[in-house]
Amino acid sequence: MSARSVSAETAAPLLSVEKLSVYYDQFRATHDIDLCVSAGEIVSIIGANGAGKSSFLKALVRQVDRSSGVLRFAGMDLAAMSTPQIVAAGVALVPEGRRLFPSLTVFENLRIGWELGRRGPIDYKKVYEWFPVLSERADQPARVLSGGQQQMVALGRALLTNPRLLLCDEISLGLAPVVIGQLYEIIPKIRDSGIGIVVVEQDIGRSLAVADRFYCFLEGRVSLSGRPGDVDRDVIMQHYFGL
Amino acid sequence: MRSMSPAEILALVLRAALMLAAMACVAGPWLFSLNDLSLLTEFFTLLTLALMWNLLAGYADIISVGQHAFVGIGAYAFYGLTVLAKVDPWMAIAGAMAITFLLAIPAMAVIFRLRMAYLAVGTWVVAEVFLLVAGKLPGFGGGSGVSLPIPIVKAFGGSLSGRTQTIYFMSLVLAVAAFLATWALLRSRIGLGLTAMRDNEEAAGSAGVNLRRVRILSFLWTAPFLGLAGVLVTLQKLRIAPAASFSIMDWTIFIIFIVVIGGIGSLEGPIIGTIVFFLLRENLSGYGAWYPIILGAVSIAVILTEPRGLWGLWRRFNTLEVIPVSHRIGAPVDDKTIEP
Amino acid sequence: MLVTILNLVVQGVLTGGLYALFAIGLSISFGVMRFINIAHGDLIVLASFLLMTFANAFGLNPFVAAVMMLPAAFIFGYGLQRVLLQRIVGKNVLPVILVTFGLAIIIQNGLLEIYGPDTRKLSGGAIEVASINLGGLIDIGVYPLAIFLTAVATLAFLDFFFHRSAIGARIRAVTDDPQAAALIGLSPARIYSFAMGIVMVTIVIAACCMSVWSNFDPAIGPSRLLTAFEAVAMGGLGSLWGTLAGGIMLGVAQNFGAQFDAAWQTLAQHLLFLVVLALRPQGLFSKG
Repeated sequence: MSARSVSAETAAPLLSVEKLSVYYDQFRATHDIDLCVSAGEIVSIIGANGAGKSSFLKALVRQVDRSSGVLRFAGMDLAAMSTPQIVAAGVALVPEGRRLFPSLTVFENLRIGWELGRRGPIDYKKVYEWFPVLSERADQPARVLSGGQQQMVALGRALLTNPRLLLCDEISLGLAPVVIGQLYEIIPKIRDSGIGIVVVEQDIGRSLAVADRFYCFLEGRVSLSGRPGDVDRDVIMQHYFGL
Repeated sequence: MRSMSPAEILALVLRAALMLAAMACVAGPWLFSLNDLSLLTEFFTLLTLALMWNLLAGYADIISVGQHAFVGIGAYAFYGLTVLAKVDPWMAIAGAMAITFLLAIPAMAVIFRLRMAYLAVGTWVVAEVFLLVAGKLPGFGGGSGVSLPIPIVKAFGGSLSGRTQTIYFMSLVLAVAAFLATWALLRSRIGLGLTAMRDNEEAAGSAGVNLRRVRILSFLWTAPFLGLAGVLVTLQKLRIAPAASFSIMDWTIFIIFIVVIGGIGSLEGPIIGTIVFFLLRENLSGYGAWYPIILGAVSIAVILTEPRGLWGLWRRFNTLEVIPVSHRIGAPVDDKTIEP
Repeated sequence: MLVTILNLVVQGVLTGGLYALFAIGLSISFGVMRFINIAHGDLIVLASFLLMTFANAFGLNPFVAAVMMLPAAFIFGYGLQRVLLQRIVGKNVLPVILVTFGLAIIIQNGLLEIYGPDTRKLSGGAIEVASINLGGLIDIGVYPLAIFLTAVATLAFLDFFFHRSAIGARIRAVTDDPQAAALIGLSPARIYSFAMGIVMVTIVIAACCMSVWSNFDPAIGPSRLLTAFEAVAMGGLGSLWGTLAGGIMLGVAQNFGAQFDAAWQTLAQHLLFLVVLALRPQGLFSKG
């Protein structure tokens, strides 16, 4: 059964976040965020630098100092789990800045994802089908790849954990428009295989073009949410900048 | 005049206690027995070593595990000058300090090529080299060392009590000088840089503190004091020997423990640490090898739970300094410091 | 004359194998966890004494006893990291020095309390006196040669392990970027503990070789540490084979120094180290 045959509103959400606040020492990065993501949908989070988008994603995989709020994923309480447990349960993060392991080869980087996650439909063959250049460069050290290729490795590594929820933190950062286009062609294909995807971006255009729904973050709060088609671009810009 | 807070009163009381203790020390020979004077001599020598190591490690980010090198150099230079070169013993003391300073320069040149953890063990290797060379110098007794000739010893006092008192005052002067010199350094412009480095080295660098120059100056600053400590040790032990004069255990490891337990990065810390060290030593001396074991275990516990030592623990509850080194910006309003 | 020099060099190279064995564990703990374990030498001495007790208790040949101790060594290293050393990973050099120095003092004095200050040596049997003649010119001891080959074999195995196995890849990943590793679900603590387990295994191997070759007592830990440190530093951070090169250089220098006297033996080693590091602070084969 394809996840898309059930509308996002009536199916129980894959990820349900209530009143999430993230703290770094004394600094509060997010304030009472409410958000949900369903299987087979792309949710975009847009916002300026420092709006709390990255902190939000890191809180989902429990890589923050302190947080409060409810995090429910597929019936599990993420707040009570460790990062390895969360990855094994089906949440994969593509970190900001790619964060590959430079001295490992492309294949070794991918393999780590494969070892950490669950078994499922995605295997090396599928990843090489989505990103053919990776199979050509499988034995090269990751650090010699271009930015776009490295981003593909990071995505591939996350996908090989067979996630149910894929979190992408600013995957277009620092990449040429052509490369960004290539990546964003693949994102809907990933969604079509039933995975729920959260795409965090500063660049509004691309992410809203693929998104089913979006949230706009402003200074740690959700300032606007809805469907891209239903909301005027000007209104979005206002809530992006807080005007 | 407004009334003082409990914290201020406490700080004042501690300062007063410190003053009283200082005065008692000055009146030492009239107050204490010869045995006690010897103990206090040791105390002041170790306190000096602790102040020096604290200056380097707590402020200039130079973690040295080799400061015993300069203690030994001071000892051997003193012997060489006064016994072999027949220099007047009192002049030889100054000469020993100068030689220690001079030898610190090439040592520093080599050591400063290394960074971080390499630097620490590097200082140890340099110290080993000095130790081995000292053991090979002709006329210095080789590997087993040699005693100070009686005439030299008597130059510091004809009788045992006279000598003990003289050496006691020398150690007191050394400790006070080391203390005042360090205090003055910390209150100077260099000191501002050092305090900035202690708090955040990267920020200090970008704020314009010349890290390299501050480090070089600090390292060289400590050398003569360490050398003089070496002379005092020799006058107390009455002999030089590679293993004893260059003892890593006595002049470096115990000192590191002292500073860490007392509180690194402050002036009060080394004082507290030396006191605690002597208390532990007097009470645990009957337990043989257990004494260093306990010392080691306590140091580990301290660095893992309260890295700023006993003084840091105190400072959590009371932010006033007993020995003020902070700089006040603008007109002094009250004694509260800006430090955390 | 030439034969004498050749002899010195060959003996030095073989000794270098033992020094490389001392150094491998330090190279791993410094390369992976990025701290200098000042207790490293004392751990080698501790392993030697435990090996002695174990071998004597069961009437075992020291080599057999050492092999049997390897699994326990791994568990000990894993536990040591997990319980104590993990607290200083990533921290400033001062806590590292303090904790590992404290550990060194505890081990040294603990051994002194339990075993006393006398020197010991383990007996390896006939292999200790056997020798091979090379080309009619030099005699090589079979045992030193065996140690050298053990060192090479251990290095080759570790090289293979770190670069070909899945868990080796994880260790290299955490070495590259512990934060990124945590973000995607690796546990740096577990991986460091695993690496420390490997370190303890190499320590037992080194201890076994050393305790049959020469005397040991509770106080020689620091000199083993300095030798190991110098080999690692000269070889270069991150280079296992560089550690072998460093060990060989130390062995040869020591041998030439020993021609004069015991003090020169040690001085030669330290001076070589200072000169090499002064010229090339990152080591000869550093991977940066």
